[in-house]
Amino acid sequence: MKRILEGRAHVFGNNLDTDQIYPGQYLELVTAEEIGRHAMEGVDPRFVKNFRPGDIIVGGTNFGCGSSREHAAIALRAVGAGGIVAESFARIFYRNAVNLGLPVLVCPGVSRRVSSGDRLVVDLEKGRVRNATTGVEMEAEPLTEVVFEILESGGIKPLVKRQLAALHAQSR
Amino acid sequence: MHAIEKILARASGKDSVRAGEIVNCRVDLAEVNDLYPQTIHSFYEMGGRRVHSPDRITFILDHYAPASSIQQAENQKFMREFCREQGIELLFDVNSGVCHQVMVDHGLVYPGMVLIATDSHTTTHGALGAFGTGVGATDLAVILATGHLWLRVPEILRIHLTGRLSVGVYAKDVILHIIGRLGADYAIYKAVEFTGPVVKELSVSERMALCNMTTEMGAKCAYIQPDQVTLGFLKGKVKRNLEPVETDPDFQYAEELFFDVSAIPPQLAVPSSVDNVRPLSELVGTPVHQAYLGSCTGGRAEDLAVAARILKGRRVHKDTRLVVVPASRDVFLEALQRGDVAALVEAGATFVTPGCAACLGTHEGILAAGEVCIASTNRNFPGRMGHTQSAVYLGSPAAVAAAALNGRITDPCEILAELERKES
Ligand code: SF4
Repeated sequence: MKRILEGRAHVFGNNLDTDQIYPGQYLELVTAEEIGRHAMEGVDPRFVKNFRPGDIIVGGTNFGCGSSREHAAIALRAVGAGGIVAESFARIFYRNAVNLGLPVLVCPGVSRRVSSGDRLVVDLEKGRVRNATTGVEMEAEPLTEVVFEILESGGIKPLVKRQLAALHAQSR
Repeated sequence: MHAIEKILARASGKDSVRAGEIVNCRVDLAEVNDLYPQTIHSFYEMGGRRVHSPDRITFILDHYAPASSIQQAENQKFMREFCREQGIELLFDVNSGVCHQVMVDHGLVYPGMVLIATDSHTTTHGALGAFGTGVGATDLAVILATGHLWLRVPEILRIHLTGRLSVGVYAKDVILHIIGRLGADYAIYKAVEFTGPVVKELSVSERMALCNMTTEMGAKCAYIQPDQVTLGFLKGKVKRNLEPVETDPDFQYAEELFFDVSAIPPQLAVPSSVDNVRPLSELVGTPVHQAYLGSCTGGRAEDLAVAARILKGRRVHKDTRLVVVPASRDVFLEALQRGDVAALVEAGATFVTPGCAACLGTHEGILAAGEVCIASTNRNFPGRMGHTQSAVYLGSPAAVAAAALNGRITDPCEILAELERKES
């Protein structure tokens, strides 16, 4: 995991739900590549065109509320989002993102202090967010140990894979 | 400790747990629905070979029941094959219904259990004293592989309900009112417990509606202390000893809120967010193109019964269509036996296979641009039931039936009061 993220901000409002991040009509799609093509389509059909890998998504409160669809997090990861910084996250979305190795940081005040297009520097370890365009510094909530460990492993899959392999080796 | 904490403590093999702590819980039942073939892919990507405990896993094909595209059919086929290969016997196919109702109908849900599903409305099962929460596909794959999942012990918010529900006012109105007051993010990461004399009088069906919608406040899980109503309901359904867990009398809630339900009239969540709630009376007369009765929130036998009561011997308005989706096969059968299905079909309703149908805008009753729908479901985000330019009002099953009758938003209290007068 990159501990310092740097990228352009794309700012969204409060209660951005998973139907807007990833509309229900595309739920049957399976590959990350296909899924990524519809990222944020319910709120901004031009999002995918404007987004560059490494860009950072900034959200308001309750980011990713709504259904448990992992497609929402898969879509944002597939377009290459560096991470998501929001006032608060809906819990399932938060877990999904972490599990996929997509960094998520809770940062009160961020949606008021960042405009779309600003350059952000996010220090995941220290929990700091700097708006390089305006010079404003913000404190984020530190990541818990469990979350940090999953992100460090590149998501939960590699982590469980290691654990299972150890188990299988033991039982041999 | 709170009952929820005791449940999580038992599941993680600890004597006690407290809010904020991260615990690794053994999962009593993990449910996967047909939106999530990803669960299986993730399981294999993690190096999974055989699932940890096949008898603690269930697959329910409900969101696309039955398949309406080739891709959906492929996904379902993939899941059936996985179940066969892995010896998972609890496979409920497209003839079953919405996962939450199906699990309850089949006696898989009981007080004190840890139930994790790939669906956000798993909070529903707090109505039976279970710890139920939703996760995504990859978390569920972790359970398939290990039988366990890490969880953060939630803070607990208590909502105490007093007073008396007026005729024509239901649990759905109460929860909409509460969400309208508190907002869609009030309970993020928290557990929400309902207590008070009103809750004691509610049927299990109504309790499920209440707990179901705590998801729309961001809650991790919901809880209602099992009582005689719960145990009576579960007797004969659940084949195991029922041992509800109790909260210690000295337990300190993170927060306690009080609502007097006597003052609550019928409510509607207006487009396009669940916490945008207004008294239905302010919206009377709004034309609706579709009335939708169904889902894990408002598609149970009691819900169909109240709609049948309102529509029996009458006709759905010519400018409106009424789509009815029983939540499960058992619900459908019960409504058939009571004559409610006949009453609704005679009134002009369209019946759809038990399942999720248009609740999430994928098939069977989706909306065109500019159309207005009143639904007994739980979400009205832009595009939730179809075109992003369609509008969804959320209300009780009675409000849906009343709107179907008049083609416009109508106060169900007046219709029900008149029926009561005629009958007495
Ligand atoms: S009925 Fe609607 S809310 Fe319930 S599980 Fe199905 S799609 Fe989700």
